[in-house]
Amino acid sequence: MFETLRQSLKTGVVTTTYPATPPEVSSRTRGRPEIDWTHWLDSRPAAAVCPTGAIAAHDEPDEGGMNRSATLDLAKCVFCGSCADVDPAIRMTPQCELSARSRDSLRHTARYRLNDDGTHQRLLEAPPPAASAEWIAAAGRQLETRIQSVLGRSLHIRHVDAGSCNGCEVEIHGLNSPVYDIERFGIHFVASPRHADMLLVTGPVTRNMELALKKTYAATPDPRLVVAVGACGCSGGIFGVNYATRGAVDAVIPVDVYIPGCPPNPHALLHGILLAIGRLEAGGAKKENG
Amino acid sequence: MNLLPALRSLRDELAQRFGPQLECVDAPQSNELHLHVKPDLAAALCSTFYKKHHGRLAGVFAEDARAEHQVFFVYHLYVLDSIHAFVLVRVAVAAERPELLSLTHAVPAANWQEREIQDLFGIKLIGHPNPRRCALHDDWPEVYPLRKDFDLRSVLPAFEGQRHNFLKVEGDGVFQVPVGPVHAGIIEPGHFLFSVAGEPVLYLQLRMFYVHKGIEKLFESLPITHCVRLAESISGDSGFAHATAFCHAIERVAGVVPPPRARALRTMCLELERLYNHIADLGAICTDVAFVTAHMHAMRIKERILRVNEELTGNRLLRGMACLGGVRFDFDAAQLRVLAELVAELEIQCTDLVALIRGNSGLRDRLETTGVLTPKIARDLGVVGLVGRASGFDHDLRRDFPDDFYDEVQFSVPVFSEGDVQHRMVVRREEIFQSLGILRQVLAKLPQGPLAVEVGEVPPDRVALGYVEGWRGEIFHWVHTAPGNRLARCKIKDPSLQNWPALSEAILDNIIPDFPVLNKSFNLSYSGTDR
Repeated sequence: MFETLRQSLKTGVVTTTYPATPPEVSSRTRGRPEIDWTHWLDSRPAAAVCPTGAIAAHDEPDEGGMNRSATLDLAKCVFCGSCADVDPAIRMTPQCELSARSRDSLRHTARYRLNDDGTHQRLLEAPPPAASAEWIAAAGRQLETRIQSVLGRSLHIRHVDAGSCNGCEVEIHGLNSPVYDIERFGIHFVASPRHADMLLVTGPVTRNMELALKKTYAATPDPRLVVAVGACGCSGGIFGVNYATRGAVDAVIPVDVYIPGCPPNPHALLHGILLAIGRLEAGGAKKENG
Repeated sequence: MNLLPALRSLRDELAQRFGPQLECVDAPQSNELHLHVKPDLAAALCSTFYKKHHGRLAGVFAEDARAEHQVFFVYHLYVLDSIHAFVLVRVAVAAERPELLSLTHAVPAANWQEREIQDLFGIKLIGHPNPRRCALHDDWPEVYPLRKDFDLRSVLPAFEGQRHNFLKVEGDGVFQVPVGPVHAGIIEPGHFLFSVAGEPVLYLQLRMFYVHKGIEKLFESLPITHCVRLAESISGDSGFAHATAFCHAIERVAGVVPPPRARALRTMCLELERLYNHIADLGAICTDVAFVTAHMHAMRIKERILRVNEELTGNRLLRGMACLGGVRFDFDAAQLRVLAELVAELEIQCTDLVALIRGNSGLRDRLETTGVLTPKIARDLGVVGLVGRASGFDHDLRRDFPDDFYDEVQFSVPVFSEGDVQHRMVVRREEIFQSLGILRQVLAKLPQGPLAVEVGEVPPDRVALGYVEGWRGEIFHWVHTAPGNRLARCKIKDPSLQNWPALSEAILDNIIPDFPVLNKSFNLSYSGTDR
């Protein structure tokens, strides 16, 4: 008993102040790839090395020449940085707060006019700018009041692994560590979907887990939130759709928030969970287009 | 190839005994013997390697070679730990009559793997004591996904009907407790059916493969460079170990050896992966018997390691670090200082954590003699890794088959024969300090030089074995290359697949409330098992 107390006192407080302060990540961490759309000369080498098709090019003829739609899909990205290795127009940034409320907003597509050799001649249309950092910060500040007013100071999460490689689970465990301590927000992981307000779903949904996921969703009382976690949960990731997997979580049940990452770190997970809470109005009704 | 002397005498012994029945004897590596045989010889060879030479059957897998050879091949991988050698037996099975005698009666360790071959290839294992479905649940249509004429992108009807016909356990006061696939904690899905009389468990049936993702089939569809990223996603908590095992296999096919610095950095990453998992497990075992304080300290220490992983490789789970021919990122002086500081700090923190755990007599009371896996059963089931080492099975690929930087460092392999939860924890505890020692030695000896050798396009129609002692145990990747820098087959063997059946033995006569801590002391990967 004395040793237990001694060690606890010696350790002191280790809990992060996120989201009041920025995520504590290394400057070397590979977060959102940033593409210099204006000076991107050719999307094909990056697309060729991308293991998940997160960078893809689609060419079509237009007015006697060729146009290309070049897409960066953060829902598919596993943040390996292979694209940045081969393409000077791509840089890996440490930004990890990438959650979004719609699948579409994770896709960034630019249109190019092409030269005869298939390289980019000029940018026709740049993708809309990424979600602003200010919005993210504001969501963080509003968290405490929202949880208090909406959920009676508590949110209960049921985690469902629908096919994950267990990488996401390693990081979800981190939310319960004293460093991230998700309970300081009144958020708890619970043992039954019947006690849950939110399902945190990982994995490409396998054929063998599809029914279990649907049943878990059905057992969760309304209003319920669904958060798809990781590249696989958001898009099927490197596994995609095959004989044994259905791919993304939203192919099986409706999803409110997508958290990209492979795996998303605890900051990113927390950010996504906060974003999902923003979809609930006071009184518990679900906003349609939050 | 300069064959190991012990393996050379084994080869001579085989030649003398079986002579012309051995169609081909090849030695692609100094510690590997490959034999091609007809089906009738498989059982005799099994008896030779398993019984006479006290080897173990570490892998049973198949390959569809009907297009080139008009047969299926079934492979038996034997590990002869005492002479530090592998023997891979290739058995040709006629395509028109895909049947082979089961080895499970002689070697219970083959049980699940043989059933997996039945499910995925449609090769019938004659005489298997429990030939029911395993890898594909009972509702799956008649498909054989790993046959070449089955398309990866086939769309199968959604699940309906029955997953499995469980055996019924009946009697006065006997009832059954189904658990899963969606569990109460933050863990992977699987189904456990306990048959109990009062509290003690009479029988435990496991149903796995809920997260079967078609990974081995997927390997056949991707370029080899992309396969490294896929290997990282076989089991997320062993991502670097799996990717490294895969890289070893491809490097052997290509005939290249990664430069010394790359081998040293790989060893560092493998030990970091072992550390964060072992430390988390110490805590998790404590929390399952309600000693949460130790768990919180363990989680804090684990987080510290994950942040150093991120500082070293740009990813907290070391993803993106592995590449063919070496590693992708170097550690500069500042990063090495961060690692050295971590090692020094962990020595103190882990000593404190161990003191905390040791000082709790209630914890000991719950863990000692709980969930005993006897050495005899461990041997029969071919249990590997730390679970095996807690049950008297003295093997560790790092010591017996050193690769990367492991032959340049000194370490000991803790082995105990008690086989209870307590000793699975003690093995982890001892391995933590051994890992810290390994890291200190690699830091002191870190060679200079390039990070990787060029691998280029790998030659087609070659086979090779890659292996790594991950934190759970031995990981094997066996590859067969195809033209165009692709793979004809990649067999993945995660230690979890071998260890799951042992859980059913270890729980017998224990009570259900002890199952969580028993399961945690094994901490097997569902994804690694199911693939």
